[in-house]
Amino acid sequence: MTGSVAGAPSAAVMTTVSAIGVQRAAWLLLAFPVAGALILLLGGKRSNSWGHLVGVAMPVAAFVYGVIAFFAMLSYPASQRSRDLQLYSWVPVAGFKVNIGLLLDPLSICFVLLITGVGSLIHIFAVGYMANDPERRRFFGYMNLFVAAMLLLVLADNYLALYAGWEGVGLASYLLIGFWQYKPAAATAAKKAFIANRVGDAGLSLAIMLMFAQFGTVNFTGVFGAVPGASHGVVTALGLLLLLGACGKSAQLPLQSWLLDAMEGPTPVSALIHAATMVTAGVYLIVRSNPIFNLTPDARLAVAIVGAVTLLFGAIIACAKDDIKKSLAGSTMSQIGYMFLAAGLGPAGYVFAIAQLLAHGFFKAGLFLTAGSVKHEMKDEVDMRRFGGIGAVMPLTFGAFICCYLAIIGVPPFSAFFTKDPIIDQAFGKGGTSGALLGTAALIGAGLTTFYMTRMLLMTFTGDRRWDEGQHPHEAPPVMTGPAILLAIGALGAGAFLMLDSRLIDFLAPVTGRPPSSPGLYTPAGIGALALLVAAVILAWFMYGRREVPVTAPPGSPVTVAARKELYGNAFNESLLMRPGQWLTRLSVYFDNRGIDGLVNTLAATMGGTSGRVRRVENGFVRSYALLMFLGAALLVGALLLVRV
Amino acid sequence: MVSPVHFIALSVILFVIGGVGVLIRRNAIIIFMCVELMLNAVNLAFVAFGRMHGNLDGQVIAFFVMVVAAAEVVVGLAILTAIFRSRRSASVDDANLLKY
Repeated sequence: MTGSVAGAPSAAVMTTVSAIGVQRAAWLLLAFPVAGALILLLGGKRSNSWGHLVGVAMPVAAFVYGVIAFFAMLSYPASQRSRDLQLYSWVPVAGFKVNIGLLLDPLSICFVLLITGVGSLIHIFAVGYMANDPERRRFFGYMNLFVAAMLLLVLADNYLALYAGWEGVGLASYLLIGFWQYKPAAATAAKKAFIANRVGDAGLSLAIMLMFAQFGTVNFTGVFGAVPGASHGVVTALGLLLLLGACGKSAQLPLQSWLLDAMEGPTPVSALIHAATMVTAGVYLIVRSNPIFNLTPDARLAVAIVGAVTLLFGAIIACAKDDIKKSLAGSTMSQIGYMFLAAGLGPAGYVFAIAQLLAHGFFKAGLFLTAGSVKHEMKDEVDMRRFGGIGAVMPLTFGAFICCYLAIIGVPPFSAFFTKDPIIDQAFGKGGTSGALLGTAALIGAGLTTFYMTRMLLMTFTGDRRWDEGQHPHEAPPVMTGPAILLAIGALGAGAFLMLDSRLIDFLAPVTGRPPSSPGLYTPAGIGALALLVAAVILAWFMYGRREVPVTAPPGSPVTVAARKELYGNAFNESLLMRPGQWLTRLSVYFDNRGIDGLVNTLAATMGGTSGRVRRVENGFVRSYALLMFLGAALLVGALLLVRV
Repeated sequence: MVSPVHFIALSVILFVIGGVGVLIRRNAIIIFMCVELMLNAVNLAFVAFGRMHGNLDGQVIAFFVMVVAAAEVVVGLAILTAIFRSRRSASVDDANLLKY
C-alpha cells in the first residue's frame, strides 16, 4: 500500500497520532465561533451596536489559528500529519464509547482554511450588505453558529460527531434561509431546505447505525480498519447510504430541489452556505469515507452517475434562469456535480474533487458577492433582464466578476483549467462505456458552464441599460468590494497554486490516495474542452451580446420552458411525494375522526342509551323498591341453597 | 314436644302474609304493622328452633329482635308523622320523589 506502480492510482496510508504542540489548542477552532454565537444570540438588543464586530472577529480568529495549525502540520513529515485531539467523552456507555475528538489531517485542514478564510471575507462583506437591517446582530449570531457547526463537521474524528456538525449546519441553514421570516417565500424555502436535508440525514444516520451494528464503533480509524473484513453487501450498503446523505446536503439529484429556493436568504448566506461550504459537506463525507468507497465499485459508480447527471441538470437550469442568484445556484449544483463525479472515480479522482472544491469555494463565493453587490445597489432587484450596462458604473465589482468568470469557465491559466479538466480526463480514463459517457457528460457540462456564465456577464454588466425607473447604482462601499476583490484574486490563482508541482496531490495523497500520473496539461479532452469554451462564448455573445435582451422573457423552446421550471424537479416532487403524502394524511385524519372517534363515541352513546332505559326502574314508588328487595333476597337464598345442596 | 315443622309452617305463613301486606297496602301504618307481623313470625321460628335444640339461644335472639323492632317503630312513626304534617297524606304512593 505504501509504494505505487507508476501510472496506477494508489490507496491512502496514514496512521493517526496524538496532537502535540500548537495543535493541542485546536479546540479554539470550535470555541471562537461558538463563543461568538452565544454572545450575539444571548446578548440581545444591547449588543446591536458592536455585535457585528464580534461576529467578524470570531471567524478571523479561527482563521488565524487555522493558519498556525497548518504551518505546524507542514513542519511534520508527511506520514505524521494526521493528529488527533480528544476533547471529552460524549457517550461513555460500556458497549458504545464515542468521544468528541478533533482530527487534524491534511484533508480537514484544507477545509478549515477554506471555511474560516472564505468565511471571514464573507462576514466582512455581510457587515456592509446587512448594514440597513435592524436584525444584523442576530444574523451574525447565526452565521457564527454555522461556522462552528461546519468546523465540527470537518474536524470530527468519528461519524457521530460529524453527524452532530451535519445537523448543526442544517439548522443554521434553516435559520439563515428563513432569516427574513416575515416573508412567506423565505419561510417556505427554509422549511423545504430542512425537509430535503432530513431525507438525506436519514441515509447518513442509517449508515452510522449500520456501522455500529457491524463494526461496533463509529470512529474513523475503527471503521476504516474493519471495513476490509466486512461483507460486500454491507460495504455497498454503507456506500449508498452515505451517498444519500451527501445528496441531501449537497443538493444533488434526487434531493436537489431546495437549493434554488434557498436563494431567498440574504446573499452572504448564499455565498457562504450554499456555495462555498455547506453544500460541499457531501463531498467531504465521500472523500473522508474513501476507504469504504474504495472497496465498492458499485457505490462509486452510483456516486459518479449522480454527479454526472446533476452537473448537466444544474447547468441546463442555469442557462435559462433570469434571476441572477438562481442561475448561480444552478451553477453551484452543477459544479458540485463535478466534484461528485470526481469522487466517484475512486483514488484517481479524490484529489481533483478536493481541488475543484477549494477553487470553487473561491470563485463561487466571489461570484455571489459580486452579484450581491449588484443586487444591493439595484435595490434588491435580481432579474437580469432589468440589469445591463452595470459594468460601467461598478467597475471594481465588474473586475472581480470577470476574474471569477475566467476562473470558473476554465480559461488557462486560471483555476478551473487546472481543476476541472483533470476531472474530465480522469472520467475518460475510467475506460469502457461508463468512462466515455461520464467524460462526455463532463465535457458538455463544461460547455454549458461557459455558456451560462457568459450569458450572465453579458446580461448584467454589458449592453444597454434596461433599468427600472429610479435605479441609480454606483460602486459598492469598500467593505463589500474588498472581500470580492480578494476572492477574485484567490479564484484566479487557486487552481495553479494547488495543482502545479503536484502540491495538493502530494499534500493529500496520504489521506485520499494518489491519482495516476498526469499525462501533461494538454490532453485530447482538455483541447476539446477549450474548443467548447470558445464555441460557447461565441454562441452566448451572438445570443445576448449582439442582439438586444428583451426585458420580458420571451416564450422560448420547450427546453427553455422546462429549464425555467427547474426541469420539473418541483413538479416531480409534488406529484410523487407531496400529493400522496397529503392524501395519506387526509385519509388518516378521516379514519381517525370517523373510525376511531366513531368507535369511542358509539361506545359512549350505547352506555348512555342503556342507562337511560335502565334508570326508569327508579320510579320513586316505595312498594316497587320493596318488591325488588324481596326478589333480590329470594335470589340470594336460592343461590345459597344451591351451593349447599 | 309437638313437631317443630308445625311451628315453622305457621311462621312461614305469617311471614308471607306480612310480606304480601308490605307490598300491597298503601297506608304507611298498615305497612308498619305488616313489618311487625314479619318480625314476629321470625321470632316464632327462632323460639321453635331453640326449643328443638334444647337451649335458650332462640329466646335470647327473640328478645333482641323485639327491642330492635320497638326502636324501629319509634323512628318510623316519627318519620311518618313528619311526612304527614307536610303532605297531609299517609299513602306511600304520594312520597315518590326519590326517582330519576
